[in-house]
Amino acid sequence: MNIEDFPMLKEDLIYLDNGATTLKPQCVIDKVTEYYTKYSANAHRGDYDISFKVDQEYEKAREIVRNFIHAKYKEEVVFTSGTTESLNMIANGFFGKFLEPNDEILITQSEHASNVLPWFRLSRKLGVVVKYIPLDEHHYVTLENVKKSITPNTKVISLASITNVIGDERPIKEICEFAHENNIFVVMDGAQSVPHRKTDVQDLDVDFLAFSGHKMCGPTGIGILYGKKELLEEMEPQNLGGGMNESFDSPNEVYLKDLPTRLEAGTPNIAGAIGLGEAIKYLESIGMEKIEDYEKNLRAYAINKLILIPHLDILNIESDSGIISFNVTDVFSQDVAYYLNKYKICVRAGNHCAKILKKETGVQNSLRVSLYFYNTENDIDNLVELLSNKEKIVEGIL
Amino acid sequence: MESREVIMKHYTSSPYKKNKNLDESYQKVTTKSDSCIDRLDIFIKIEEDKIVDAYFEGEACAIATSSCSILLENCKNKSLNEVKQFIENFENMINNYPYNEEELHEAVVFKEIIKQGNRKTCAYLPYSGLKQILDKSL
Ligand SMILES: Cc1ncc(COP(=O)(O)O)c(C=O)c1O
Repeated sequence: MNIEDFPMLKEDLIYLDNGATTLKPQCVIDKVTEYYTKYSANAHRGDYDISFKVDQEYEKAREIVRNFIHAKYKEEVVFTSGTTESLNMIANGFFGKFLEPNDEILITQSEHASNVLPWFRLSRKLGVVVKYIPLDEHHYVTLENVKKSITPNTKVISLASITNVIGDERPIKEICEFAHENNIFVVMDGAQSVPHRKTDVQDLDVDFLAFSGHKMCGPTGIGILYGKKELLEEMEPQNLGGGMNESFDSPNEVYLKDLPTRLEAGTPNIAGAIGLGEAIKYLESIGMEKIEDYEKNLRAYAINKLILIPHLDILNIESDSGIISFNVTDVFSQDVAYYLNKYKICVRAGNHCAKILKKETGVQNSLRVSLYFYNTENDIDNLVELLSNKEKIVEGIL
Repeated sequence: MESREVIMKHYTSSPYKKNKNLDESYQKVTTKSDSCIDRLDIFIKIEEDKIVDAYFEGEACAIATSSCSILLENCKNKSLNEVKQFIENFENMINNYPYNEEELHEAVVFKEIIKQGNRKTCAYLPYSGLKQILDKSL
């Protein structure tokens, strides 16, 4: 649906790599251009009209994000460069401050690198231990397995709400409830879920949430760190500098501003933030429930056809999201991606930044189709046709 | 043989694919690319300025794999200087400089394909790896 809103889709492109990034609707492009052409000033300097306008728009965007994820306070919404930066801030700035040797961090083997490596570094620096919640036979996280994995030393559970290779959805709300009963914090990597379904941080009761603007029709280089206010208050800013300090006279007399500005040192990505606000308005105008339903139906449509192709090994026949990972038997995934590229179909080949997943699935590389609401049954039909004929694939890899 | 057949021959049944354990007389280099998932390990045995044996292993696309096989075929029993020249000649071809087609032997099959998007990176991958060994040895 809404294909006409996307300039990139005016070409005969079939874009099936929405897990990596998404296309931008005209309204977002216009909004970003408007900033650069009509009021291209810095933020936090309301001395003249156009700068006042920047502050207004920038803070309006924050309010749009707050409402979109249903955060209680605007101060809980911090603009970052993306999920990766948000997760690093959470790991270092919050947990780096108070975790002690032998404290345990629970993740899984299907996390994205951005939800693994920051914890690995903490492990090396502080002597904390990174442990994995076992996945079930479909590579899912069950509450049962979470319960089995915690020990008196568990301090934080950090999980993608939807993973980027399997596309399974985790029972975050139930995990939060259980974790909080046991004084464990929960971090949600929302990179693959926030763009595709309704997110309500108060209902979920997550302590921290990270997501990226570019995976939800927004610009690159902008993302969100959400944290409960009382926790963000404790977060150590990773960057110090302009914009975030109140006053400083000597190393021991540095006074910082309040949330969220304290965590946004330096000139922010103003165009990005404003563009993200517009992207969210756009998604809301379609409706997140509608987007979710549409994607589920389209995935079912795709799976029902792909499953009939004998030379496809599908990693996740069942999945809660628009992600389908598969291999063509005996053909290297990258070669298949090159073949599809000849027909202007964009899919991702690789290990999808979830490098430790190969231990779990036994599959090193795969192709990934990841859908968004602007994909159509026609896109799927084209894909299915090209994948149906193995000889043509082998022929076409060169 | 047509280019396609040459590439497929080296891709699917290369005689240079490592098929046994190699002792420490072999130097190893891993080549991988930032932009794709190709990853190949090259094993070279040098004796008195000459490459006397060569193998590779790893997972990579048809172009990178066949290019590696063809490269190793052209290295075996060649002096390091000859190999260096072979590599330079290949670099000239992929970068649109004058080159000697005949001396490239089967490596010339990539002449067209490297014009497609980032497949130049695939074809060149094993060359960048082998160069690392040569730089150390020459
Ligand atoms: C589950 C998950 N987490 C984190 C990230 C990182 O997002 P970004 O590159 O926007 O920081 C991604 C992006 O691929 C992802 O899929």
